[in-house]
Amino acid sequence: MLRYTLHRLLLMIPTILGVVVLIYVMLQILPGDVVEVKLRGDGGTVSQEVIQAERQRLGLDRHWAVQFADYMVGLAKFDLGKSMRTERSVWEEISIRLELSLQLAIMATIFAVLLAIPLGTTAALMRGTWVDYVVRIFTIGGLSIPSFWFGMLIMMVLLHFWNWLPPITFTPIYVDPVANLTQLIWPAMAVGYRYCAVVARMIRSSLLEVLNEDYIRTARAKGVYEKVVISRHALRNALLPAITVIGIEFAFLIGGLVVTEQVFNLNGIGKLLVQSVANNDFMIIQGIVILIALTYVVVNLVVDLLYAVFDPRIRYG
Amino acid sequence: MTAISPSAPSTAVPSTVAQPRGFALDFVAQQPLGAASFVVILAMTVAGIFSEWVAPYDPLHIDFAAILQPPSWEHWGGTDAYGRDIFSRIIYGARTALVISLTSSFIGSTIGAILGIASAYFGGRVDDWIQRFMDILLAFPIIVLALVVVAALKTFILFGIDINLIIAIAIPIIPRVCRVVRAAALTIRVMPYVDAARAAGYSDSRIIFRHMAPNVVAPYLIMFTAFMAQAILLEASLSFLGLGVTEPTPAWGLMLSGNAADFYREAPWMILFPGLAISLAVFAFNLFGDSLRDYLDPRFKV
Repeated sequence: MLRYTLHRLLLMIPTILGVVVLIYVMLQILPGDVVEVKLRGDGGTVSQEVIQAERQRLGLDRHWAVQFADYMVGLAKFDLGKSMRTERSVWEEISIRLELSLQLAIMATIFAVLLAIPLGTTAALMRGTWVDYVVRIFTIGGLSIPSFWFGMLIMMVLLHFWNWLPPITFTPIYVDPVANLTQLIWPAMAVGYRYCAVVARMIRSSLLEVLNEDYIRTARAKGVYEKVVISRHALRNALLPAITVIGIEFAFLIGGLVVTEQVFNLNGIGKLLVQSVANNDFMIIQGIVILIALTYVVVNLVVDLLYAVFDPRIRYG
Repeated sequence: MTAISPSAPSTAVPSTVAQPRGFALDFVAQQPLGAASFVVILAMTVAGIFSEWVAPYDPLHIDFAAILQPPSWEHWGGTDAYGRDIFSRIIYGARTALVISLTSSFIGSTIGAILGIASAYFGGRVDDWIQRFMDILLAFPIIVLALVVVAALKTFILFGIDINLIIAIAIPIIPRVCRVVRAAALTIRVMPYVDAARAAGYSDSRIIFRHMAPNVVAPYLIMFTAFMAQAILLEASLSFLGLGVTEPTPAWGLMLSGNAADFYREAPWMILFPGLAISLAVFAFNLFGDSLRDYLDPRFKV
């Protein structure tokens, strides 16, 4: 198990390296640069010399290979560079927003999983009935309704009935839990709906598969109560594939946050990414993208290891 | 695809899939939900192609005498802050959504399928390299990868369509299709007719396109439909973020972006209808893709 873990950790390096190189190359062919956007942003006329001087100051006039080498050396020291716009370190820009996005992601996961397990289970057990159809429509709805629009609908309802507007500033949970939760529960629902749909569909199909297994027939044959067959024999095994989906969707939740944070006016990682794309601030884009890829590979590893923990048949050499 | 048995009820539904008429009727009988979603797709296509005739107003016509009007007989979907007719903008928005999602889903699925077949056919080194590269692309959520491409390419408008937006939507589709098609092609790779074609001395490209590609059409079609839904959603999201389709082109996501949120109270119809259009379109493609999968290959999983 330890050897397997180490082996997998080593395998992460080429993937992450590939991500870094790919993103760097892609963003280097970027036509308009951050300096022009920054200086000419508000329509002012700026002379070419000023722009050139600013480029020189930021080290953007050097050969791309030198810049790349510089970036890689920094990366080896866990230094993601500086924002081209605010000139604060990328890590600082990310870390001040990480708390909000992470809490949102965790809340969305709890919401999604709590709802998905009963939904997926009922749909599988009542396969072919109207209940199954309703769940199917509800889950395809989750895959189809854009999370930003769902968020806007939530806001509209809250505004109409309770005159609620999203607060302008973020209150951390340790400062005021009530204010914090009332602020984040709605965006968590908006991103959680899709998440819930994906997990519920997975649970339904894997439960249907498990219910056909021999050991379920054996359990029923020896007279185990149906309730126990479902909860002890079937559901336990069916949840295993669901763990994969829960993990990967968690790592990918940032995709939902990108739009939802915009709707609820939350200053998180998603909003930072969108702003940086609009501003050509490629240092921040790179930093965020590398972190996302890192989260993804780590979550993948954790999921695989969890498999071994939950399923005694799986043992990694 | 049930086998013909003597006890089968003698309805007008033939069991063979080969004839086009039989295929359509059989599909409707087996997948009523899929057929219903196809009707929605058809309606959207008609609205998109014949926008000029279907839409009651010019979608770009600004009328300050009629701003923020609620839905009425004259304006079915109400009007926006510039007095533009929302229903007409949604009709024209169908065109934008279809053109962008159709082209990007086609480009993405096709490149993905070709890479997938090549990966399975050549195996070894080629397979390793292609799969490593796909793994890298798969480490990002679809929208994040699209955002990076948008950042890298900016806009490049040709015939009124943003080509780079299409590329940005197509790229995240490639690795996802590649994986599925590769798995399907691996089973075809070992078929005797592929060996026969190789023994006959056919070139690699001929074997890939003439012998293997026709046999992965089912997963290709399923993935293509599924990614139509994803592409519509992605285009709407990017436009909503202000990084996709630009004003004044009518696009559903764009109708919800910017200051649309200022009108939650005064003009909820401005939010309601474009979002409904996106949801309905994506829903229809998702459901159709689902039904197509159940019909063509019940064991196949996306």
